[in-house]
Amino acid sequence: MAADVQATTLGLDHRKLAMWTFLGSEFLFFGAFVSAYLLYITTTAGGPGVEIFDIPFTSISSFVLLMSSLTMVLAHNAHAHGDLRRMRLWILATAGQGAVFLGGQVYEFTTFYNEGLNMTQSPFASSFFVLTGFHGLHVFVGILMLLSLYALSLTGKVKANQDVKTEMIGLYWHFVDIIWVVIFTVVYLIPEIAVL
Amino acid sequence: MEDTEADASQGHHPTPREYVNIAIMLAILTALEVSTYFVDFGRIAIPLLIILMTIKFIMVASFFMHLKFDSKLFGRMLYGGLILALGLYAVTLIILFFERAPSA
Amino acid sequence: MSTSSETKPLRPAQETGLLSWLGTTDHKRIGVMYFFTTLVFFALGGAESGLLRAQLAQAEQNLLTEEIYNQVFTMHGITMVFLVIMPLSAAFFNYLIPLMIGARDVAFPRLNAFSYWVYLFGGIFLYSSFLLGGAPNGSWVGYAPLASDSVSNMGFYAIGLQILGISSLAAAVNFIVTILNMRAPGMTFMRMPVFVWMALVTNFLLLFAIPVIAVALFMLQFDTLFGAQFFQPGSGGDPILYQHLFWLFGHPEVYIMILPAMGIVSEILPVASKKPLFGYAAVVFAGAAIGFIGFGVWAHHMFTSAIGPVARSAFALSTMFIAVPTGIKIFNWVFTMWGGKLKFTTPMLFSIGFVSMFTIGGLSGVTHAIVPHNAQQHDTYYVVAHFHYVLFGGALFGLIAGIYFWFPKVTGKMMSEKLGKLHFWTWLLGFNLTFGPMHMSGLLGQPRRTAVLPGELGSTVELYNLLSTAGVVVLTGSALVFLYNLLHSIKRGEESGLDPWDARTLEWLTASPPKHHNFDKIPTVTHRDEFWHRKYAEDESGMPISVPAGASEDHDGEDDPDEHIHMPDNSLWPFIMCIAFLPFGYGLVFLNPWLFGLGVLWMVVGYFGWIVEPLAEGDDDDVPDDVHDRPTVGATTH
Ligand code: HEM
Ligand SMILES: [Cu+2]
Repeated sequence: MAADVQATTLGLDHRKLAMWTFLGSEFLFFGAFVSAYLLYITTTAGGPGVEIFDIPFTSISSFVLLMSSLTMVLAHNAHAHGDLRRMRLWILATAGQGAVFLGGQVYEFTTFYNEGLNMTQSPFASSFFVLTGFHGLHVFVGILMLLSLYALSLTGKVKANQDVKTEMIGLYWHFVDIIWVVIFTVVYLIPEIAVL
Repeated sequence: MEDTEADASQGHHPTPREYVNIAIMLAILTALEVSTYFVDFGRIAIPLLIILMTIKFIMVASFFMHLKFDSKLFGRMLYGGLILALGLYAVTLIILFFERAPSA
Repeated sequence: MSTSSETKPLRPAQETGLLSWLGTTDHKRIGVMYFFTTLVFFALGGAESGLLRAQLAQAEQNLLTEEIYNQVFTMHGITMVFLVIMPLSAAFFNYLIPLMIGARDVAFPRLNAFSYWVYLFGGIFLYSSFLLGGAPNGSWVGYAPLASDSVSNMGFYAIGLQILGISSLAAAVNFIVTILNMRAPGMTFMRMPVFVWMALVTNFLLLFAIPVIAVALFMLQFDTLFGAQFFQPGSGGDPILYQHLFWLFGHPEVYIMILPAMGIVSEILPVASKKPLFGYAAVVFAGAAIGFIGFGVWAHHMFTSAIGPVARSAFALSTMFIAVPTGIKIFNWVFTMWGGKLKFTTPMLFSIGFVSMFTIGGLSGVTHAIVPHNAQQHDTYYVVAHFHYVLFGGALFGLIAGIYFWFPKVTGKMMSEKLGKLHFWTWLLGFNLTFGPMHMSGLLGQPRRTAVLPGELGSTVELYNLLSTAGVVVLTGSALVFLYNLLHSIKRGEESGLDPWDARTLEWLTASPPKHHNFDKIPTVTHRDEFWHRKYAEDESGMPISVPAGASEDHDGEDDPDEHIHMPDNSLWPFIMCIAFLPFGYGLVFLNPWLFGLGVLWMVVGYFGWIVEPLAEGDDDDVPDDVHDRPTVGATTH
């Protein structure tokens, strides 16, 4: 690990420090959306409310996202040991699981839409779609970064001793996962119990 | 923030096996969470869900994100942001739910 | 760009000409670009305020239609806050932070260029609204549901501010990492210049406040453009949520605007008084405390809105409490001057102007915090007087002091002191003439954001308004003096030499203007006010005596440069990528999927161009023997 410790004041890598700084601020971002959702949880303007959630379905896609964190950390582990081939395999697995999660979200949104819940219908609907949609956007950006990492490791731009790059993207990915851990409980499970 | 806090990279990172074990624990916790939907846990359901969520959160942050083995500053950045967000939005929601001006 | 990869340098390497500016990653050049861009926006914002005052010069006038008036006051506010004060502070951050901490650049030079270009295109985007169906007219706070009504044109507001927020957020991450991680050897936290401290606090405020307004703006945008229901009372939406989110950002924002100026003044007063800053630790601590408490007072903007009595009392208390660290700072500045050998140079005059005008604004702020008072004052011109005393009398005076003070650093020349003093006195007069009377007219009931001054308020209020308008005339003349002085001195100013003010901090250790790599040799810091301590020792009684030249490592003794200084290469990708914000933004405002798609695609292409660009700046640092050449690391030791 000596390679990525620069002669910086704190002995920390710039890029990791930057990523952590940024992630700290993201709580303020998602927190505001979650607050709006909690405020409007029963404000359904006569339309569907939380009873529309399909908990078994969401549980599965949540599980997939959670497990993508495992493959992500294995990718970093492989990279840290200089094993780019394994690293690429795990990266693809991670991106794939991310894509499954996104696909699940698209399916969920369309189902809700067909069941009469759309974004313009009520404050509840708006806050639900926009919150989970922005989370989905984060996953999408993560997939994009994973794929570029994959491609660049093929071209030799990302080298075997540059595991900080994988680590950084990993930090982002795990963070997006953590946010979903919170959303799954606060947006789906608890309302399902408390409101119904 | 102490000054030259060079406590980065204290070597020991978990092995792949340990990562898998953590993932299995996360899976079990998730299963427990989902079970609250099928089984009636009564009044402990919500506190239980919150505790499970917190454990999962901390596990991912500590092990997958290496907070446990990395510089303390990183943890402060993350949990600092989290605590600030929790505090501000809690007060906001309390005002919105319970502290409205009496309507004239 | 791609063509340049065929020739020898891996990245564009022009040192002069347009391309050298479009592709620059040098923090000093970026700082200069920020500076001149804010001048342009300041002229626009100033012209808008001229229109407003012309309309209000007399009662019942109709120079502007109400529609235009609303657009003009909204754009005036947005311009001054987001396109002038914040980026002007960013100009100082850019130029000074690396120099003051003894680094060669910021942590992420290309990201730094990105921040600038996003800011520029965000500003252009906002201003283009005048030509594209009308500027936003729902005030800089953008309260919903008025703002989500299409008559308010607030699409441009919601998206324009979002774009500017990206710029600030990227810059905040960049500066935080730079300050934490790139200090010269020996530059401990408690040896950092106060300006750097205030920059650190400001950037943390940005880091945590920007995401909140991002959410408020996204919600507003979804309501405005896509029919979402966040703030629509018709379906049960709650406009008060918007107010909370806006002010959760908005109050930290006012400290984002004032703390950099406080930092500047804390640098100038000691120099012009020939004394160290009184109570350095207290000033730093108070700055951090202001930053922290600043997050806990937002609802004082909502005393007359829907918050209950308990919340009102709590926020009144926290608001009064925040005046304590502010007061601490004021005392420290005063005691810094106390007993000093004061030199009334132009930067010093502006600094003293800052302290006195800001104090007035702070005091009227405390009166707002008293809830029954607030009910009388809210939305009157008294509030307008308050925030102009803190923003114009405070932030802007401080920033102008900084311009005069660091002009010799940037150009190697002096600005004319004579014109500078003329500028100061007319500026002070014009400012007080414009905003002083607003206290009175506000207390007499003149409402804010109202296009026509109601005649029924009486002739006293009319007189006050006329005085205000006269003040703007004085200010305009004063601004022209400044502009002339600035441009003339760039060309023909007197040579300043290396240390015109007998300064105290590291940036004066190097040449003026500094070389591209700032320092030939990264200085090792052993004291707070390091530069001063290299020039002076103390005799037994504590009086400073100058160290004979050559007895100490001195600024022009900079031979023996560090070997292999690699500076970050230029890159055009930040510029190219940021152009995408225009089609992206227009696509959203006009709901045009093609434009939007083009913007997204462009951004993705820019992103890939950015990451595959050869990293000759030494970012491929993980190659072992490259490690010690890492140029962006101020702390390189060898
Ligand atoms: C001593 C510290 C301060 C106190 C106690 C204070 C208090 C207040 C209060 C209570 C209001 C709400 C007035 C109303 O609308 O009814 C207000 C408004 C405002 N303050 Fe301050 N303030 C302080 C410092 C500052 C500073 C440092 C700035 C900026 C540099 C600032 C900028 C503003 C602005 C822009 C508004 C008007 C917001 C609007 O458009 O409604 N204040 N202040
Ligand atoms: Cu405030």
